[in-house]
Amino acid sequence: MRSTAPVQTADGAGRPRLARHVRLRFDPARGQHVLLTPEAVTVLNGTGAAVLELCDGQRTVTEILAELRGRYAHVDDDEVRRFVDRLAARRCLEIGDAEAGHGQARRG
Amino acid sequence: MDRPVVDSAVERPFGLLAELTYGCPLHCSYCSNPLDLGAYADELTTAEWLRVLAEARELGVLQLHLSGGEPLLRRDLAEIVRCAAELGLYTNLITSALGLTPRRAEELLAAGLDHVQISLQADEAALSDRIAGARSFERKLVAARLVKALGWPLTLNVVLHRHNVDRVAGILDLAEELGADRIELAHTQYYGWALRNREGLLPSRAQLERAQGVVRAAHERLQGRMEVIYVLPDYHSRYPKPCMGGWGRRQLTVVPDGGVLPCPTAHTLPLPRASVREHSLRWIWERSPLFQRFRGTDWMPEPCRSCDRRELDFGGCRCQAFQLTGDAARTDPVCHLSPDHGLVAEAVAAADDGARSREAVLTPRRHPAAGRRR
Repeated sequence: MRSTAPVQTADGAGRPRLARHVRLRFDPARGQHVLLTPEAVTVLNGTGAAVLELCDGQRTVTEILAELRGRYAHVDDDEVRRFVDRLAARRCLEIGDAEAGHGQARRG
Repeated sequence: MDRPVVDSAVERPFGLLAELTYGCPLHCSYCSNPLDLGAYADELTTAEWLRVLAEARELGVLQLHLSGGEPLLRRDLAEIVRCAAELGLYTNLITSALGLTPRRAEELLAAGLDHVQISLQADEAALSDRIAGARSFERKLVAARLVKALGWPLTLNVVLHRHNVDRVAGILDLAEELGADRIELAHTQYYGWALRNREGLLPSRAQLERAQGVVRAAHERLQGRMEVIYVLPDYHSRYPKPCMGGWGRRQLTVVPDGGVLPCPTAHTLPLPRASVREHSLRWIWERSPLFQRFRGTDWMPEPCRSCDRRELDFGGCRCQAFQLTGDAARTDPVCHLSPDHGLVAEAVAAADDGARSREAVLTPRRHPAAGRRR
């Protein structure tokens, strides 16, 4: 769905973390990570899961990108930002305020 | 090239709807549970439910929707939730909220319940209690506040029909005041008791258009604060709903006595039964004649068979096709391409006729004497 309202933008200083009602799990039956919300299951690929595992409310987006560059040969920063933005727009991720310090996510 | 794998033709289910009991303190005239509730009195034991959950998890189920009837009537609800949470299932309680006392809520929270959905019938007590057939409105508000106070995410479920669709603005205001995270405004689906009351429940087109305007505005206004989900009434749509995301494709339902169904109303169809008391969930999902009957697209008649949308809506709802035409393998009459579409068009036209149905009497859901509830 397209949104006209401003969404939380994952600029480099924001600290994303999973929203309270969202669970990130590894599903042994499918051999893949999944994101669980009340009415939806989102099956993730390996890199999607890697990004979300780093979204702990402590790391900034810039720090997450640095971490990913340590693990993967080619990291497309914009692609990761879009992924984070998209999940924030769906309220799966909350982007903590840059100034608020560790773990202080802004509630939606 | 991707790694070659042996892939089962049958997909794994994502969600299990566990209808723990059909007992319920409410008497909603739009209830979609079976008409013969007495037939489900021999409910699964706690041990049987725990086995079902373990089998479901192994089969690939990730979400558990605990419903009924009123699931809080099961005294072992917290035990069921704890088992599900330990298995890694996302647990969602779908409740009238009657019986959600602080003590029970704390118990469910400690057991690991992830999410609570509370039904709401209207935005004020007199109408709400009349629709529910029981004094319940004030207790629902108290329970909704308790859910938020305990830090749970809260969804409000509102079934819309002729008698509350004009109250959508007030309902949204109330949801906002209660601090709901999500609200689902879903038009009545005409099964079970609701089909019996169809004439009195169907809204007019003018009512629908007004409600849609209110919902659109709320969607903008509440963006980022509350998720507003609006489920269109299929009687007024051009195409049918993709019922359950396809027969035996993503979801399964276990009813109070252990029967397993591809959707909660499939008990109405003249098909072989399947029960967790006789087979494993895996066998039922993969092999049972019931789950294979309408899986995929091979069973489809025209106009579905050659339709571009056959993988989008899967021919619509088998139960609706059966209820309206007597043949579960026909195109859902809701579809404007269905040869039986006149059956739906007539009911919709009658609802637009102001002289009628405003006076139609709604028959409240009746419940048999309590069965063997665990």
